[in-house]
Amino acid sequence: MTSHHDELLPFFDLEPPTEVSRRRFLHLFGGGIVVVVSARDLLALEQGPPRLSLARELPADFNAFLRIGEDGRVTGFTGKIEMGQGVVTSLAQTLADELEVPLESVDMTMGDTDLCPWDMGTFGSMTTRFFGPPLRAAAAEAREVLIDLAADRLELPRERLAARAGRIVDTTDPTHGLSYAELAKGQAIGRRLGRKVALEPVADFEVVGRPVLRRDAEVKVTGRAQYAGDLRRDGMLYARLLRPPAHGATLREVDVAGVAGVEGATVVREGDLIAVLHPTPDGAEQGLARVRATWDSPSSELDQDSIFDHLVKVAPAGETVAEGGDLAAGRAAASAAARHTYHDGYRAHAAIETHTAVAAFEDDRLTIWASTQTPYPLRAEAAQALGLPEDAVRVVPPFVGGGFGGKTANRQAIEAARLARLTGRAVQVAWTRAEEFFYDTFRPAAVVTIDAGVTPAGRIAYWDYLVYFAGDRGADQFYDVPHHRTMAAPAGWRGGPGTHPFATGAWRAPGNNTNTFARESHIDILAAMAGLDPVEFRLRNLSDAKMRGVLQAAAERFSWRPAKAPSGRGQGIACGIDAGTFVALAAEVEVDRVSGRVRVRRLVCSQNMGLVINPAGAVIQMEGCLTMGMGYALAEELRFSGGEVLDRNFDTYEIPRFSWLPAIETVIVDAPNDPPQGGGEPAIIVVGAAIANAVFDAVGARVLRMPLTPARVKAALATT
Amino acid sequence: MRKTIRFVLNGRDTAISTDDRRALLWVLRTELGLTGSKFGCGEGLCGACTVLVNRKAVRSCRLPVAEVEGARVVTIEGLVENGVLHPLQTAFMEHDALQCGFCTPGMIISAYSLLLENPRPTREQIIIHMDANLCRCGAHARIVQAIQAAAERMAEGPRP
Repeated sequence: MTSHHDELLPFFDLEPPTEVSRRRFLHLFGGGIVVVVSARDLLALEQGPPRLSLARELPADFNAFLRIGEDGRVTGFTGKIEMGQGVVTSLAQTLADELEVPLESVDMTMGDTDLCPWDMGTFGSMTTRFFGPPLRAAAAEAREVLIDLAADRLELPRERLAARAGRIVDTTDPTHGLSYAELAKGQAIGRRLGRKVALEPVADFEVVGRPVLRRDAEVKVTGRAQYAGDLRRDGMLYARLLRPPAHGATLREVDVAGVAGVEGATVVREGDLIAVLHPTPDGAEQGLARVRATWDSPSSELDQDSIFDHLVKVAPAGETVAEGGDLAAGRAAASAAARHTYHDGYRAHAAIETHTAVAAFEDDRLTIWASTQTPYPLRAEAAQALGLPEDAVRVVPPFVGGGFGGKTANRQAIEAARLARLTGRAVQVAWTRAEEFFYDTFRPAAVVTIDAGVTPAGRIAYWDYLVYFAGDRGADQFYDVPHHRTMAAPAGWRGGPGTHPFATGAWRAPGNNTNTFARESHIDILAAMAGLDPVEFRLRNLSDAKMRGVLQAAAERFSWRPAKAPSGRGQGIACGIDAGTFVALAAEVEVDRVSGRVRVRRLVCSQNMGLVINPAGAVIQMEGCLTMGMGYALAEELRFSGGEVLDRNFDTYEIPRFSWLPAIETVIVDAPNDPPQGGGEPAIIVVGAAIANAVFDAVGARVLRMPLTPARVKAALATT
Repeated sequence: MRKTIRFVLNGRDTAISTDDRRALLWVLRTELGLTGSKFGCGEGLCGACTVLVNRKAVRSCRLPVAEVEGARVVTIEGLVENGVLHPLQTAFMEHDALQCGFCTPGMIISAYSLLLENPRPTREQIIIHMDANLCRCGAHARIVQAIQAAAERMAEGPRP
């Protein structure tokens, strides 16, 4: 029997093939057949260059592996996590297809830093796009190894062999063959995927492309699914931490004597960390209520209204993201022009599960079970915070109760780890809703100014775009504009110190919601100036076939009736690109002229996302984006006074509810021969603009600031 | 005050000796080991902690455990009977009425209380009843469909 495991040795810094390295291999992977994929292979497999901004984020050793165990079961190991987006199902589907096994015999092990290869985190709609192709290639490679083994054992030429239903069979007599279990038994074969492998043609897929119910559904409907807060360890204590009243506040005095009145409560203090611990969560809460603290808070005039002037003032010089032609020539060619400034406030991620973690030291190693989108960065952060080597830290993500970008920040897990070390016990930190609204990494407030004009023929003459603090994702326009410039200040959405009064971070399709709102609102303004229907105006200025395709698909399914806005009918359209996916949304709204309240009646969304791995999952993600998007479009906006966050729960920070529910229709524009693109974020980017444009069409009120609260709609109505 | 509270939890006689002002949610999740009911907001605003007390949906994060003395309490763990899922649970699965799943137990229990008092609710009645249960993933449309489907199945007769 040929042994292939030497191919893996240099990759994992192992010794030459010896019994020792074989044991190490078995320890690392278990027995069977293992295929490893690295970042370089992944990039080689990409068709065409990856998007620039993603290339910047891709690490050098983005890895994945796949094992066919001695029992014949297939396991995909990925550093990605499942937080509701359904990848535990779609990745398993991919493996099942490529290996010709039923979906039931595929397992996914996700995010466990002891078992899975390194990964930068689950965000950016990258799981399927970037992880799908290499995982598929790994599966194809594993199939080739199985065929090699079977050729040896059956003494048949490999050309006569094929994978069928978990077996390698003789194609001239399919009853003659060996199961994967028989083939993998006693093996320790490792392959590193360093070359392109013949992938199955898409038409041959039996599982991919067909709707499949999510694999995690049953544990979730029965309450058995374990989230970080559901884990229990022997002797575990629950912690509640002392928090400042405002960001930037410093502790002047603290008196913890009162905590002694709560039976079982103890106080732990290490520098800035002051915590009450108790065998019950509410006991810890009671103890914390007895801590007396006084704080010095810095004074600040900033609030949700004054922030925009501040942002423009502190912004760095803009960087040019894209430009072409000559703006002066464009201005000269324009018969009409509009210049507007668009504003967008801070948003909370507001996952229903607050940031939660359990940490425990067991056998000199720290294990953290955390609600996190980034287990590996968390491992590094925890190791650094506690002065441990990284291999002394294990992060295990249980089910994550919603992330949306917010759980790429792991403060709660570091708090739990520090407390576990200080107490010598397992410690759970589960934030309250107020803590969640305080320490969230909010979607940044942002400002966009656009100056653009149209020619008498209804063509966009020029486009001058400047975005502050939403970054360039979605800023680059895709219309046929001869003279244009797109600038971003700064180029990314991250602001330096002194920019925002609290932490900001990635929020589902970072920056793109703001940019698409501004761009598509302005396009509608130009359409109105040109006296053209908004769909007609877009098509007249678009040659990109994909974008035309999704626009026409949405308009057709919507039964769009062309008219110059405002037509009084309340229909709006918007389109955009995110994570490689093209998306268009038609919206129908009703506006109460007295209260200014907007009600969304109908949303029709079309999306071209290349090959769709799990159509049912893709549609669910689209619906989720559209529903969630109504929140940022109509109601959500964090209120604050300096560093004090005024929204502390869902009574004042309103997220979409059942009673908001419009009729939702989705259209996936079929493109099975294009590589899969992101699906978890794109549909959310168009919601703000489609609704704002529909409001304008309904009542002639152009609202330039999101969310479109009743007060803002009323104010815009007053100026019409 | 420390007291022994006796109630029927998911069909079983249960007694717990604890401070009777504590929220039912924490007693369920900590001492009683039933973690299906979730903490989401702590103020009864999101519905993730919803349980059934004497056939009514109640926010367990706001309910002192003293108030369930002698009551029948049903949590998400109690909906499975003899290993058979409740029609609401299968409908949520079949309609993909969940994503991250964190609000799901509260959604199902709230829907269960609706179907107990109104076995054939209209879509409008479902929306009104469920309006105070929050879902951030945006599964609302499918949750409404799942509840309608479960109501239809339950109307066809008792489960096998």
